[in-house]
Amino acid sequence: MTTSIQTRKGVSCQGLTKDYGRGDARVRALRGVDLDISPGELTLLVGPSGCGKTTLISILAGTLDPTDGDVSVLGVDIKSLSKHEKAACRAKNVGFVFQQFNLLPSLTAAENVSVPLVINGYSKTKAVAHAIEVLKSVGLSERIHSLPSQLSGGQQQRVAIARALVHQPRLLVADEPTSAIDARTGHAIMELIREVALQPDRVAVAVTHDSRVYGFADRIITLEDGRVAQEKHVKPEVTNGLFAPV
Amino acid sequence: MTWIALKMLMGDKSKYFAIVFGVSFACFLIAEQSAIFCGVMLRTTSQIRDTHGGDIWVMNSDVRYVDDLKPISDDDLYRVRSVPGVAWAVNLYRGQGQAQLANGTYQGLILMGLDDASLTGAPTHMLVGKIGDLQIPDAILVDEAGFYQMWPGESLRTGKVIEMNQRRAVVVGVYRASQTFMTMPIIYTRFSQATLFVPPTPTGRLMPFVLAKVQPGMDSSDVAERIHDRTGLKALTNEGFMQLTMTYYLQHTGIPLNFGTTVVLAFLVGSAIAGQTFYLFTVENLKQFGTLNAMGMSDRRIVSMILIQGFVVGGIGYGVGVGLATLYGIFSQSAMPLLAFFLPWQVLAVTAVAMIFIVMMASLLSIRRVLVLEPAVVFQGGA
Ligand SMILES: Nc1ncnc2c1ncn2[C@@H]1O[C@H](COP(=O)(O)OP(=O)(O)OP(=O)(O)O)[C@@H](O)[C@H]1O
Ligand SMILES: [Mg+2]
Repeated sequence: MTTSIQTRKGVSCQGLTKDYGRGDARVRALRGVDLDISPGELTLLVGPSGCGKTTLISILAGTLDPTDGDVSVLGVDIKSLSKHEKAACRAKNVGFVFQQFNLLPSLTAAENVSVPLVINGYSKTKAVAHAIEVLKSVGLSERIHSLPSQLSGGQQQRVAIARALVHQPRLLVADEPTSAIDARTGHAIMELIREVALQPDRVAVAVTHDSRVYGFADRIITLEDGRVAQEKHVKPEVTNGLFAPV
Repeated sequence: MTWIALKMLMGDKSKYFAIVFGVSFACFLIAEQSAIFCGVMLRTTSQIRDTHGGDIWVMNSDVRYVDDLKPISDDDLYRVRSVPGVAWAVNLYRGQGQAQLANGTYQGLILMGLDDASLTGAPTHMLVGKIGDLQIPDAILVDEAGFYQMWPGESLRTGKVIEMNQRRAVVVGVYRASQTFMTMPIIYTRFSQATLFVPPTPTGRLMPFVLAKVQPGMDSSDVAERIHDRTGLKALTNEGFMQLTMTYYLQHTGIPLNFGTTVVLAFLVGSAIAGQTFYLFTVENLKQFGTLNAMGMSDRRIVSMILIQGFVVGGIGYGVGVGLATLYGIFSQSAMPLLAFFLPWQVLAVTAVAMIFIVMMASLLSIRRVLVLEPAVVFQGGA
């Protein structure tokens, strides 16, 4: 790796724009986003449908190239990285939680969780042994050898969270992690993200539609029409696993 | 990485079975159709393969294939014998004759005349009687299929009589011939006898071939070339003559073309089935590959995963398909002796090459789909 990750740095962007398509078909998804996200906080990205949340989080995670503007993730200017370097950077530093979980259906829970380690060059045995430890920490010690199809939505999302954390990434991104599961389970998932995922030097960003989970956030950034409309620090209202809606 | 590729491939048993089935079927189709084509082509040369003993066929320089009968002169036999490297040479008559059966009907046939002294080129697989009995006056051998053709319903036996060129001929033996293209009986007799069984030709020339044996340690094709140089006649090794005959049939008859069309169709259908199944499989896995890519798996590793999957499916499908084709060949040989089926290693190689090609094409197409997939798309969940 030619890039060095700086522990204290979070994520910042200036004048970030993103256009999809060309000519008449051009869609301006981001129209100049300025943003600073610090480590050690859970930041929620909210806003109406189509306002650019997924686009923004994809750029931050390094899976999508911005059209213009500066993005620095963990001290690295991601625009300076080649496609291959970006993939290597994601493998090492980014944990993903997807709305549809995106588990590999023919791999067991433990094998699914081991994938990021395997991508980082671990042997299968070592990776799976480590994955089992992480699965225990998300409360799934009973379902280690289950296939995704044998798990409930909430359990699948727990596996996905374990997978996102197994390689100790510096950046955790989650796009609508609770919208494919029922509200109760959604709360449990958000709690898990707060408890397990949130580390002093980890940047955690979650996109959500679901105003009932706002209470888990340290910070809520509202996007509207491709711009940051509102940004506020909040005191998380979660204590001892109890959740109070805003 | 390999284990993930394999688990993705085999995780869904029914899907996996379907892919392997598709590819196996494609391989089977290609191998089986090619083998039938080879079998048909081989039949054009069965008369050459059935003639044992000689290394080189010497013939009129205008001959284009085995049934293109153009006589050479008796002197040519002596000229061939005098060529250095030739151990011995004998004449071999081959011509078309006509027989009148006891019931008065006529039957066209192929008449083979063997060197009187040595009977070189005689059939080897006798069912009734023995080759030596050809020395009896008016003796002939007839092939099994020809026997049943002339005397349907009768069991194979010696002593049957036919008339050729108003001469009596007595069956002293029945042999088994390789399947040929022709349906005519093939009658063997001595050379001197054969000249009596056909009406005299205007030129008086009768001998279409000289069969030559090369001296031990000599190379057949070298000697063949020397015979050609010294005599101006066409001289070909057994393989060379088969090649000439097959090439003639390929270029001048519609039979190989018709079979060739089925082979081409088998290739197309096989490729479509195998390629389509594998391509669809990868496309169904787009979301999984996209997820792996988002999680930082490099393009190179994704490509190698798809290739591993392709080669495993291709390999198993090839094994099963070619195995089935072989079984089919074994079965068909006993159940349907008339079916041409010949599975040389070349067919196996061609099938393997075709499979590699198909799998590579399907993989490349699907790899393209995977690589142009923006990893960002997997966030949307729809991919
Ligand atoms: N691949 C694409 N090609 C063209 N336009 C796109 C593409 N992806 C997103 N867009 C457009 O960009 C804008 C922002 O999309 P984005 O997916 O970021 O919104 P979002 O805030 O995540 O919406 P939602 O809450 O519905 O998920 C939308 O207008 C969308 O139609
Ligand atoms: Mg979205």
